[in-house]
Amino acid sequence: MKDPYAILGVEKTASDADIKSAYKKLVRKLHPDLNPDDKTSEQRFKEVAQAYEVLGDAEKRRRFDAGEIDATGAEKPNYQFYRDFSDRPDARSHADAEGFASAEEFEEFLRQAFGGSFDRRQQQAEFGPNLKARGPDVSYTMRVAFIDAVNGATTSITLPEGKQLRVTIPEGAHDRQMIRLKGQGGAGYGGGPRGDAYVELHIEPHAFFERRDANIHIEVPVTLTEAMLGARIEVPTIKGSVTLTVPAGSNTGKVLRLRDRGVLDRATGTRGHALVKLKVVLPADEEPELEAFLREWKPRHAQNPREEMLR
Amino acid sequence: MSEFAKLIEEIAPLQQEDLEIWVRESLVISETEGGKVRFSEIECARVRLLCTLRYDLEISNETLPLILSLLDQLYEARGKLHALTSAVVAQPPEVRDAVMKVLRERLWHPL
Repeated sequence: MKDPYAILGVEKTASDADIKSAYKKLVRKLHPDLNPDDKTSEQRFKEVAQAYEVLGDAEKRRRFDAGEIDATGAEKPNYQFYRDFSDRPDARSHADAEGFASAEEFEEFLRQAFGGSFDRRQQQAEFGPNLKARGPDVSYTMRVAFIDAVNGATTSITLPEGKQLRVTIPEGAHDRQMIRLKGQGGAGYGGGPRGDAYVELHIEPHAFFERRDANIHIEVPVTLTEAMLGARIEVPTIKGSVTLTVPAGSNTGKVLRLRDRGVLDRATGTRGHALVKLKVVLPADEEPELEAFLREWKPRHAQNPREEMLR
Repeated sequence: MSEFAKLIEEIAPLQQEDLEIWVRESLVISETEGGKVRFSEIECARVRLLCTLRYDLEISNETLPLILSLLDQLYEARGKLHALTSAVVAQPPEVRDAVMKVLRERLWHPL
């Protein structure tokens, strides 16, 4: 018979509360009914129960410490655990387990399929040594902000099991692009290497930037004055705002090119351009002077902009 | 088969009041024979398990039904798993290998 203090993993000087606490932890860990797949726990649990039978009772503990009784004196009669009944084919809550080819074959199948335990953490360690293979590849999809895709970014993705993967989005990444993360896939079998993870990028649309190949298209509103008289205006690009010169007399639909303000073309190493399409907007609020002017205004050249349509 | 009174005597920490609650809440199932309440062997084992939970782990009678329900589901699932695996084991080797292959993929990659 082993030392009951050692079995419970406590010092001889431990308080009754410490002993109780140690015992509770071991019950949770080892009780066969609570750990039906751990075939080795039963013997250890019996030792623990026996040790606690002595140490859990202040009077018995005192007598044991004084050498008046030994640890085996309190041995419990052997009884069967609930598990022993419940795992029997005739157990009431049980599906019919007839048709086992043989007990060994069944155990072997379970061991191979589940690594002898249903605990996923243990599966790999217990896996048969004869099988060694690279883990399978896994794939995920990830939503990426438009700006992150055109400029590149580092972000992380949380996998269903809680693991975080760092994903580097390359500058100029395109929609549905696959990023390969080497060795981030499923665990290898029997010591084999891990598989790879593939992340498919789904790029979200932007409120005003539109990407066509390496070029960025953007529609920019200009006031009547800016369009008529010309102006230097500030326009957004994917890398921040720049000043753009609007020539006098720029109509709606006029496209101005900002050289090299587009997306990096990874194949050629060159940049696309930003193509700014102007859109003339009328004043938002009332402008009586302008109205008065137009009433008086006699255009120098008569104009019917619908002429083409009506011919 | 154990009679109610004998069981209480046998299992030192077991309180009559608790056992009555467990029977009332169908955590254990008793049989009445000749006016005496008895428990089958498997029910006695359940009572011992309940005692461990109640007195050693100090789980309240309010929480016990939840734990027992989860345990029962665990054992039922195990039973079904055993039946399923035994059905697979009874198949020809190539069927077994095919099932094993897919099973491994699923187990490591539930996606």
